[in-house]
Amino acid sequence: MSGHDHGDDGVSRRKVLECMTWAGTGVLWTVTGGVPRSLGIIDSAQAATAAAPGMSFLQISDSHVGFDKPANPNALGTLEEAVGKINAMPAKPSFMIHTGDITHLSKAAEFDNADRIISQAKLDVHYVPGEHDFLDEEVKFYRERYGRGTKGQGWYSFDAGGVHFVGLVNVVDLKAGGLGNLGAEQLAWLEDDLRGKSKSTPIVLFAHIPLWTVYPEWGWGTEDGGRALEHVKGFGSVTVLNGHIHQVMQKVEGNVTFHTARSTAFPQPAPGAAPSPGPMKVEDARLRSMLGVASINFKQNEQRLAIIDTPLQG
Amino acid sequence: MKTLNRRDFGVALAAAVLLPATTARADDMGVHIDNFVFQPAELKVKVGTTVTWTNRDDIPHTIVSAGKFRSKTLDTDDKFSFTFTNPGDYKYFCSLHPHMTGMIKVE
Repeated sequence: MSGHDHGDDGVSRRKVLECMTWAGTGVLWTVTGGVPRSLGIIDSAQAATAAAPGMSFLQISDSHVGFDKPANPNALGTLEEAVGKINAMPAKPSFMIHTGDITHLSKAAEFDNADRIISQAKLDVHYVPGEHDFLDEEVKFYRERYGRGTKGQGWYSFDAGGVHFVGLVNVVDLKAGGLGNLGAEQLAWLEDDLRGKSKSTPIVLFAHIPLWTVYPEWGWGTEDGGRALEHVKGFGSVTVLNGHIHQVMQKVEGNVTFHTARSTAFPQPAPGAAPSPGPMKVEDARLRSMLGVASINFKQNEQRLAIIDTPLQG
Repeated sequence: MKTLNRRDFGVALAAAVLLPATTARADDMGVHIDNFVFQPAELKVKVGTTVTWTNRDDIPHTIVSAGKFRSKTLDTDDKFSFTFTNPGDYKYFCSLHPHMTGMIKVE
């Protein structure tokens, strides 16, 4: 993974803070001309969409349905608020991706509640699992609901609006002392999945844990994420969307844009800013400014997808 | 992590010294999870000791020692116990947050 690190400057706290300042609530991705582009605020994204129609989709992440600790005693309620935000968007996204940790403890009732709320957005939802979605004894609830038609532990790909989307699973078979893990079988599948695709096809990879090394001390990275990125080398536009760290972070490296979305449940501290990455309790008045969703806008002839993070409030 | 291990090793030694030299049965011992860290990270116990892990975080964790023992998912304040009947070094980790590692040394 070191090849995909920040290199000389490392992930300095200032850099992280800059990223944080830039962040909003949700991520709206716009894809036009094959490249996802991040706009930074919803209004400009919408303006851009009006100028050159493209395709937009929504990213929602880390809903942790069932979480009821002090950092947010009502995670189901804030998920419902996020869905309300989505429904209020003037331009309806084409579909939604959920980058995992749908539930907090993988209980059947938590999955049911999550589905009851998320379905109110009336959008197709493409899920990948977080580690919190595989906690039931038989590890069957997620697969029963969302695993149909997927390979291995739940990975798959699909095409929409001229973009090739790949949902990856990096929360299974984790090794002691290590980070997220894709595994040889999934990497071989990915290589095969991308084979023969035109290099001008925009690629969106999405998975729960960041595929790039954000902060290994807290496990925020994927052991073999660099190998997945090798398979997308040569593509003109690559966008990597993740969750897990409950805050917005973005990095652009050549033709690859990395982005993490906010949680709809509770914030987590900036890397190294607290003794642990656990749920961060903030003043009630601030909570909704730290939760949200993301919209992604995709326009023809633009290399980057526009990502707009929209907080629940503020 | 290296410095943490050293410090916790010291704690484990101190705990061992406080134990009576001879006991009819080994005393039970505990490991806490606070802030995504097993405390102490390394614990020395006698054969027959039952070690109980308690999760004091707001996030679930697991205790997994490959081929030896595996807890269910521990939510806040949940506990998991294992009785060590054979000597040896038992490395373990949290399968959800694999950067969390610990060791039980059984003598």
